[in-house]
Amino acid sequence: MEKLMSWIDDRFPLTQVWEEHMAKYYAPKNFNFWYYFGSLAILMLVMQIITGIFMAMYYKPDAGLAFASVEYVMRDVPWGWLIRYMHAIGASMFFIVIYLHMFRAMIYGSYRGPRELIWLFGMVIFVALMAESFMGYLLPWGNMSYWGAQVIINLFGAIPYVGDILVEWLRGDYVISDATLNRFFAFHVIAVPLVLVILVFLHIVALHKVGSNNPDGIEIKKNKDENGIPLDGIPFHPYYTVKDIVGVIVFLMVFSAIIFFWPTLGGWFLESDNFIPANPVSTPPHIVPLWYFTPYYSILRAVTWAWLPGGAKLWGVIAMGSSLVVLFFLPWLDRSPVKSIRYRGWMFKTALALFTLAFLMLGWLGTQPVGGINTVLAQLGMLVYFAFFLLMPIYTRLDRTKPVPERLT
Amino acid sequence: MSDQNVNKGRRRMLILTTSAIGAVGVGFAATPFILSMMPSARARAAGAPVEVDFSKLDVGVLLTIEWQGKPIWFVKRTDAMMKKLGTIADLLVDPDSDVETQQPAYTKNLPRSQEKYPYISVMIGICTHLGCVPLDKFPVGLASGMGDDWPGGYFCPCHGSKFDMAGRVFKNVPAPTNLVIPPYRFLSETRVIVGENPGEAKA
Repeated sequence: MEKLMSWIDDRFPLTQVWEEHMAKYYAPKNFNFWYYFGSLAILMLVMQIITGIFMAMYYKPDAGLAFASVEYVMRDVPWGWLIRYMHAIGASMFFIVIYLHMFRAMIYGSYRGPRELIWLFGMVIFVALMAESFMGYLLPWGNMSYWGAQVIINLFGAIPYVGDILVEWLRGDYVISDATLNRFFAFHVIAVPLVLVILVFLHIVALHKVGSNNPDGIEIKKNKDENGIPLDGIPFHPYYTVKDIVGVIVFLMVFSAIIFFWPTLGGWFLESDNFIPANPVSTPPHIVPLWYFTPYYSILRAVTWAWLPGGAKLWGVIAMGSSLVVLFFLPWLDRSPVKSIRYRGWMFKTALALFTLAFLMLGWLGTQPVGGINTVLAQLGMLVYFAFFLLMPIYTRLDRTKPVPERLT
Repeated sequence: MSDQNVNKGRRRMLILTTSAIGAVGVGFAATPFILSMMPSARARAAGAPVEVDFSKLDVGVLLTIEWQGKPIWFVKRTDAMMKKLGTIADLLVDPDSDVETQQPAYTKNLPRSQEKYPYISVMIGICTHLGCVPLDKFPVGLASGMGDDWPGGYFCPCHGSKFDMAGRVFKNVPAPTNLVIPPYRFLSETRVIVGENPGEAKA
């Protein structure tokens, strides 16, 4: 065995990689509940890829056959229902994990220097994941698939001058059609997953270069023993591999409970309108995107001020795009001398609480009809959402922070 | 080899020009891939004109046919509907159809139809907001479930846009413009070709 290892190590840095990234990769010793979601995100990525491969064996990317082929997977393929539910419900679970993973970064300041690039890679992953799920949602060719894609692709039509051509180019037709379905399939099964895997690799390379942040927001590399090992660090393997397995088991229990007992989750994970085949001349009475898009959808719909130059439609699209773009700038908007919420003052805590409430409210409003009080609430939510980011350089500087200890607590 | 006699300026110039030519090459190589995503010849052919015979269509009822995969609406409007069009300009964003891209020039008039048969309305039934298909809410007032000041027209369930019986958009709704009118040509009072302008007959 030793001989084999040295034979390999002479040709490939296997032992070195294992030690640098697992056995001798020192992570802060105080990771808590919030630190489960990174490894769970990798679990979900792997699960989506595996279940996706098996569904692609039966799925037909053809407007005439797609809907029936999904039902075929559900009814006739042995265990096909399980694989498809794992994939479709997995998408929602993936977004839950990602949102909690991002929220962790926000409460403990994990996006702050020297981890800006980790945050930026993460944001690109998030946007790619949204594209991946949006294109995957068209594939069952249900009526909500069809009209959801119609509405989202038409957003690009709001761009002045090139909008109409761009929309035709994206669809490959004058309407959502077989051409659109076929290309979304190509993007969904190979192009975007490939990009995602590469980005996740870069995200982890950047993370392992600077090391993980922690709930105290203290750099453990500042305090090392005589061997250069951080005093507050513990090897990732076996300590955190074992901890993460606990997280995986609990997560899979929740995931299984949903798959086996409540797969539609009352329409939140699988929408009833999508059990009707796509119909190009009949819109569902109430178009709702899946829950993980609804906060941004709400912002899109909240802009109703027709007096804006270029019209409300264009500005709605701009507002929705900005709500994502502004997240990229988070590392540079935060001017606080401390990272973790534990040592921040009341201003940041209040701002983050309001932002979280606004985000959840926008998410809920995105599933509701527009008009009346709902529009006013969405506009209020949008105001809080953008104020959180745009006022951040001011309130994080004014905020009275607590002294940060030298060592982890 | 020594570095002493290296002409740095020339080397940089060569690298720059090589990179620039390379970038142009990448652009050329990418073009076929990007253009391959435009509508194919088959998709363009499916956009060919279609003939519609609506002799059996009742007055005041909506008929939907498909052209270029889009829903095309036909309505023979009643006299009451026609009279209403001139009375509601205050409610509308563009009552005179001044936005030229929304209709062929020969339908820029009050009923947004051709002079010969003004009561026949032909429109693309796609909301100008985000592409949903609006619902027909022709009865005036509460009978449509739209409130008692409703003059009759179309209502988009997605985001609440409203249009009148000529497809003109109401104020304070998300849709920015009137519904689009496709090119169409009358063969007779009850037969129309959608996708061709009057006097333009394609082989």
